[in-house]
Amino acid sequence: MLPLSGLATFSRGVLASKLPSVVRLRSHCDPSANTPTDFVLVRSKEELQQAVDAHSNGVMIVSDNGLENLSEAADCHRLISVPGKFNYLSDGDIIRFHHQSGRFRTLYRRTSKHNAFLVTDRCNHYCLMCSQPPKNVDDRWILEELKVVLPLVAKDTKSLCFTGGEPLLDWREFVDVLAHCRDELPNTATHVLSNGRAFVYDEVVKAWAALRHPNLTVGIPIYSAVDYVHDHVVQARGAFDETVLGILKLKDSGQRIEVRVVLHALTAPRIVETCRWLARNMPFVNHVALMGLENTGFAIANENELWIDPIEYRTELAEGVNILASARVNVSVYNLQRCVLDRSVWPHAMQSISDWKNGYIEECNRCIEKDRCSGFFTSGRPRRSRGISPVLAS
Amino acid sequence: MTRFQPTESFHSAAEPLQLLPLRFERAGKHYLVSNMVGDFVRLSDDEMARLVDLRIRPGDGLYEKAYAAHLFTRADQSSQRQLLAMRLRSRMAYLRQPTGLHIFVVTLRCEHSCPYCQVSRQSTDRSKFDMSEETAWRALDIAFESPSSRIKIEFQGGEPLLNFPLISNIVLAAKTKAATSSKKVDFVIASNLALLDDAVLDFCKRNEVLLSTSLDGPADLHNKNRPRPGGNSHELATQGIRRAKEILGPDRVGALMTTTEASLDRVEEIVDEYLRLDLDGIFLRPLSPYGFAVKTKAIRKYDSKGWLNFYARGLRYILKINRRGRHFPEFYAALISKRMFADRPLGYVDLRSPAGIGLGALVYNYDGKVFASDEGRMLAEMGDRTFELGSVTDAYRSLVFSDKLFDLVGSSLTQCAPECLDCVYETHCGADPVYHHATQSDAVGIKPLSEFCARQKGIMNLLLEILETSPQDAAILRRWGGI
Repeated sequence: MLPLSGLATFSRGVLASKLPSVVRLRSHCDPSANTPTDFVLVRSKEELQQAVDAHSNGVMIVSDNGLENLSEAADCHRLISVPGKFNYLSDGDIIRFHHQSGRFRTLYRRTSKHNAFLVTDRCNHYCLMCSQPPKNVDDRWILEELKVVLPLVAKDTKSLCFTGGEPLLDWREFVDVLAHCRDELPNTATHVLSNGRAFVYDEVVKAWAALRHPNLTVGIPIYSAVDYVHDHVVQARGAFDETVLGILKLKDSGQRIEVRVVLHALTAPRIVETCRWLARNMPFVNHVALMGLENTGFAIANENELWIDPIEYRTELAEGVNILASARVNVSVYNLQRCVLDRSVWPHAMQSISDWKNGYIEECNRCIEKDRCSGFFTSGRPRRSRGISPVLAS
Repeated sequence: MTRFQPTESFHSAAEPLQLLPLRFERAGKHYLVSNMVGDFVRLSDDEMARLVDLRIRPGDGLYEKAYAAHLFTRADQSSQRQLLAMRLRSRMAYLRQPTGLHIFVVTLRCEHSCPYCQVSRQSTDRSKFDMSEETAWRALDIAFESPSSRIKIEFQGGEPLLNFPLISNIVLAAKTKAATSSKKVDFVIASNLALLDDAVLDFCKRNEVLLSTSLDGPADLHNKNRPRPGGNSHELATQGIRRAKEILGPDRVGALMTTTEASLDRVEEIVDEYLRLDLDGIFLRPLSPYGFAVKTKAIRKYDSKGWLNFYARGLRYILKINRRGRHFPEFYAALISKRMFADRPLGYVDLRSPAGIGLGALVYNYDGKVFASDEGRMLAEMGDRTFELGSVTDAYRSLVFSDKLFDLVGSSLTQCAPECLDCVYETHCGADPVYHHATQSDAVGIKPLSEFCARQKGIMNLLLEILETSPQDAAILRRWGGI
């Protein structure tokens, strides 16, 4: 797993305020790398010398060799040094750096297809399988930070995701962030993961539609066609009703919607019913994602209630996918390995797991489908289906 | 982990349940139940009783099944009702595009002498039975006054090619009108093709005119049903189909069949004839109770039971052909499937409620009278002018907003007509006020006595049976429905 956060071994010259700084990294050869937020990446003594010669605004050392102690570093007034395991950091990446503690987090990796911005840790749901358990803290500063980050993101970024928590808890501020996205990154497909309940309010739908963002989709979970099943999964009474209404209102305004269904022991056994319901009632959604469970966060706490071997719902999943595809609904399967999926599902199975927590196992090396397979989550406490076995012939 | 609550905490036992509108019918050991938008579920006697008494609770299996099918809601919820409302709105959206079909009866003359002729064709007197240019121009004005953004002009007869000069003038005039309005216009000529020549084909090609013809089956059957001087109707029709395919394109000519007593045990041969001619599907159609079909009593030679046997045998044969990989739909099954599988607005004029009379189609008769449907003018030839809305000197609005049409459409709504309102198939069916007026002298009709009703129920029952018992055939029906 790629480490996305850590502790700097050394820093100086970065303004000590309560709020963290946003730093964009530039490779040493980039001549334009001299704005206040840009820090030059340095991995060796030679690169350090070049950075000093170029009078770089700031320097970020990625090394375990104590480069910050070299005499050359003395001339760097603004300096951060992080361990060598963060060697993946490269030109265009953006990090958040806490001056006082030296903690930092990678916010954006230019080379990744899976950039997701956490908007808040707060949530009005408490999903049994939440991979990002909510915290009741005042983190509204993140919305402000996003407005600083977005202009720094590479303009050719293909896609960005906003997640939480529930991003629409402070919907006015968040819609404003999306307006920045629209203006700064008009060519970037923007995906927001929301529980959809905010859209039950007309003013939210109105503000969302008024963005006229050229490429904005909201991914909203519906875990069942039956009210209490959904409410139980998300641990919130009345959630099903509001989420469905929200989706209807959004679609009335012509907005792009993805429906997401996480598959676990409470939802997978009902997947045929759920897919049939979606096909009949919401054939207008732009995408349906049927998603294998990431065994992390609350999913571990509720493992006994939630774990089901995907091989046990293989047939039902295939039927569900077929029902949606027949109704011409664009359907994908996420996070499940090809060897546990019926072959009819393969054309819908995506390589969906974010690159920083994606891995394969020994057996996969013999599999002819490996290059097209989602592989596994490396996060949390991975559990494997007993059906895992390399595909040896087509 | 106590911070997570068990499923029981979300059962909302405090909130009362409310039934949503549903329709049902006993079907063998089960009840067939449909919701407001025509999704079907089957319930046992016990389940049905528990549902109507609302003796249901989360986890009992029935709650889940009935909730997913929108048969009830919690009193404090609105999503169930809003979903139904949205879907119903979509299904009825054809009402936003009123009167898309405009039928021009350019002549009542015909060189065929079919005993089942439903329009009561004439064989003489050009001056009396041909449409005049003046009538045509007025009719065209009315067609362009209708609110639909896309209209279809269909030329009917008699045999419309007997008055081809008028057809070509109307097409050219309509194209000129369309060029300065926002309407799109499609054209189709319903012809027996006996008089099809290169000039007609050339005209159709240049002006993108579709052809629709009659083909009742193999030569002996077709010629028996459709006599003409020389006894060569079949030869001319099939020649015409081949030529039209060649010159206009394979998808620019379609054929319709009419079922007579002689067809009843020959459905496979009829289908084979369509396959042989490489037609893109078949519409298995019963005789309608109009014109000579009534006079010659052809209509009484078989009843709905005889028809359904024929239809079921035909449909199963056609499905078998499709299973072998050839895409060849039966168009009526395709239409009903479309309505069962999805909520797209389908304003098929003969199968909707509010009925398609006037709202879906207007017919401009050769004599300048305007009728609410093709069958309406057929009745007029039999002396019954119930569906005559006025004449081509009237404006679109006064024809369609006439008290006469209001009464006929309003009184025949299946949503509230006796029998229909409770019928499990209501959502997928339609009011047919002309048929019921013709057969029972009542636009509403007593449905248990209606052959239309019996056929509709029979066909839908058959389709449900196929959908539930054969996944392979179900997939074929979906494909036919474009779903």
